[in-house]
Amino acid sequence: MQDFVQHLINGISLGSIYALIALGYTMVYGILKMINFAHSDVYMVGAFAAYYVARWMGIDAQPGIGTLILLLCVSMVFCSILGLLIERLAYRPLRNSPKLNILITAIGVSLLLEYGGQVVFGADPKVFPEVMKDFVIFSAGGIELKSFDVTVLIVSILAMLGLQFLIYKTKIGKAMRAVSSNPGVASLMGVNPDRVIAFTFVVGSALAGVGSVLVGMKYPKIDPLMGMMIGLKAFVAAVLGGIGSVGGAVIGALIMGLSEEMVVAYLSSTYRDALAFGILIVILIFKPAGILGKYSVEKV
Amino acid sequence: MIKSFKNPILALIGLALVGFGFEMGFDAYIQLIILFITVNCLMSMSLNMVNGYTGQFSLGHAGFMAIGAYFSAYASTKWNFLPPNLTLVSSFIFAIGSGLVAAAAGFIVGLPSLRLKGDYLAIVTLGFGEIIRVALLNMDFLGGPRGYANIPSLGSFFSSFGFASVWLVICFFTIWRVMHSSYGRGFLSVREDEIAAESVGINTTNMKVRAFVLSSFFAGVAGALFAHFTNFINPSSFTFLTSVNAVIMVVLGGMGSMTGSIVAAIFITVLPEALRPVQELTGFDLRMVIYSLSLILVMIWRPKGIFGELEITDVWRKYVRRSA
Repeated sequence: MQDFVQHLINGISLGSIYALIALGYTMVYGILKMINFAHSDVYMVGAFAAYYVARWMGIDAQPGIGTLILLLCVSMVFCSILGLLIERLAYRPLRNSPKLNILITAIGVSLLLEYGGQVVFGADPKVFPEVMKDFVIFSAGGIELKSFDVTVLIVSILAMLGLQFLIYKTKIGKAMRAVSSNPGVASLMGVNPDRVIAFTFVVGSALAGVGSVLVGMKYPKIDPLMGMMIGLKAFVAAVLGGIGSVGGAVIGALIMGLSEEMVVAYLSSTYRDALAFGILIVILIFKPAGILGKYSVEKV
Repeated sequence: MIKSFKNPILALIGLALVGFGFEMGFDAYIQLIILFITVNCLMSMSLNMVNGYTGQFSLGHAGFMAIGAYFSAYASTKWNFLPPNLTLVSSFIFAIGSGLVAAAAGFIVGLPSLRLKGDYLAIVTLGFGEIIRVALLNMDFLGGPRGYANIPSLGSFFSSFGFASVWLVICFFTIWRVMHSSYGRGFLSVREDEIAAESVGINTTNMKVRAFVLSSFFAGVAGALFAHFTNFINPSSFTFLTSVNAVIMVVLGGMGSMTGSIVAAIFITVLPEALRPVQELTGFDLRMVIYSLSLILVMIWRPKGIFGELEITDVWRKYVRRSA
C-alpha cells in the first residue's frame, strides 16, 4: 500500500510534466490543425538555454526560488523566439498546402533541431544546474512528498488555468477561437490570422520552456535528443485527452504518467516506451476523438 | 506477353553487368555500400507505394524491415533443409518467407490503423514500429538486446548483388505493373481525394490496407537482404530513424515516382560516405542536419519532391530532349 501511494505520487509528478508539454501540442493543434513535431525539440532548446545562461551568470551553484524564476523566464523567452522563428520560416510558407507536406516539414524541423543541437551543443549529456533544493515536505509511514513534485504540479496547474483564462476570457483568446473555427471568416471580421497563429506558437513554446526547466530540475541530465521520447509521450497524452482541449491534455497526461509509473513498478521497465503507443492505438481505435474531444465530420 | 517480360530481363541483365563491373574494379568497402544501396532502394520503393502513391503517411517502415530481417536470420541459421551449395535457393525461399511474415504484420498493423488519416496515422505507425522493436528487445530466443550474430552471408559480392538485383527487379516491376493497372488507379484516387474516391465506390480502407501489405512485403525482403549483408542485426538497427530515412528517400525522390525513389536512395546512401572527409575535418556529423534541412526546403519549394510524379525518363524527355 505504501509503495502504491508512493508510485501514485511519482506518477502524478511525471504526468504533470507531460501535461506542460502536451498543452503546447494541443494549442497548436487546436488553432492550426497540425501536429507541431518540433515542439519537443523547442523544449530541448529551452533546457539548453537555461543551462548556458545559468553557467554564464554563475548562478548554477545558488539554488533558490529566485533562480527558478529567472531560469523560467530565460527559457520561456528563448523558446518563444524559437517557436516564432519556426512558425515564420517553416510553417507559414506551407499553411495552405496538403497536410502530408506540413507533417513532413514538421518532422524535418524536429530532426533539424535535434541534430543541429548535437552539432551546436555537443552530443554528450550535460548536467542541469541545481535550481532548487529538493526537500521532503511531508512524510508519513515511508511515503515522501518532495518539494519538486509539488512545484511541478503547482506550476502545471497554474499554466493550465492561465491558458484556460487566456483562451476563454481575453480578446486574443476569442481571436484564437475564431481562427480555429474558420481563418477566412475570422480575417473578414478584423482578426489577423497570421498574428494570432504566431501568438499561439509563442504561448505554446513558452509552455515548453517552463516544462524544460521543471524537467531539468527533476531529472538533471540534458542532451540534444532528450525531447524525442518525452515529446511522443506528451503527444499521446494530448490525443488521449482529446487533442485541442486544454483540460483533456492535462487529464491525458496524468493518465499517461500514472500508467507509466505503474508499468515500471509492477511489470517491466523495458515495456515503458511501448506502453505509450499501446495506449494511443487502443484510444484511436475505440475513441478517436479522445476523452474530452469532439467528433467532427469532414465536409466535402 | 513476351514484350511484358522483356523489360525485367533487360533490367536484370543491366544490373548484372553493373554488378560484374563492381566485382572486378572496386574494394570491399565500396561493394558494401553498393549492397546497402540495393537495400535502401527496396525500402524506398516499397514505402513509395504507401507514401507516394496511396498518400498515406507511414513512419513505421523499419518495424517491417526488422521483422523480415529477424525471420531470415533465424531461418537461415536454424532451418537447413537444402544442401549447402543451394544457399541462394534457400535464401530466396527465406526472403519470400520474410516478406510474407512482414506482410502479415502489415495486415495486422494496417487493418486498425489505416482507418485513421494524416498525422494520426503517422504517429500510430511510428508506434507500431516502436512496439515491434521493443518486442524484439524482449525476445530472448532472437538475442534480445544482444542482437543476432553469425547470419550466413550470400557468398561473394557478385552473388549477393545478383540476389539483391533479382529482388529489385521483382519489386520494381510488381509495383510498376500494379500502379499502371486499373487497380492502381484506385490507389491514386485514394491519394487525390479520399471522399471522392469513396463516393465512386472505392473501398478506401481496403485499398490502403492492400497497398500497406504489399509495401510491408518488400520491406520484409529488404530486411532479409540487410541481415545477410551485415551478418549481424540487433533491435537498434531498426529505430525510428531508419523509418525516417526511408521517408526522406521517398520525399526527396518525389512522392509517386519509382525512379525518383531509386535515385534518392542511391544519393542518400552515398552522401554520408562522401561527407566523411568533411566530418573528419569539422568533427560534426552533418548528415542528419543536411537531410532535415533539405526535407524542409524541398517541402517549401517543391511540395511533391524533386522529381514530383515524373519518372526519370519523363524528366529526360521534358527538359533535356526538348531543349535540343
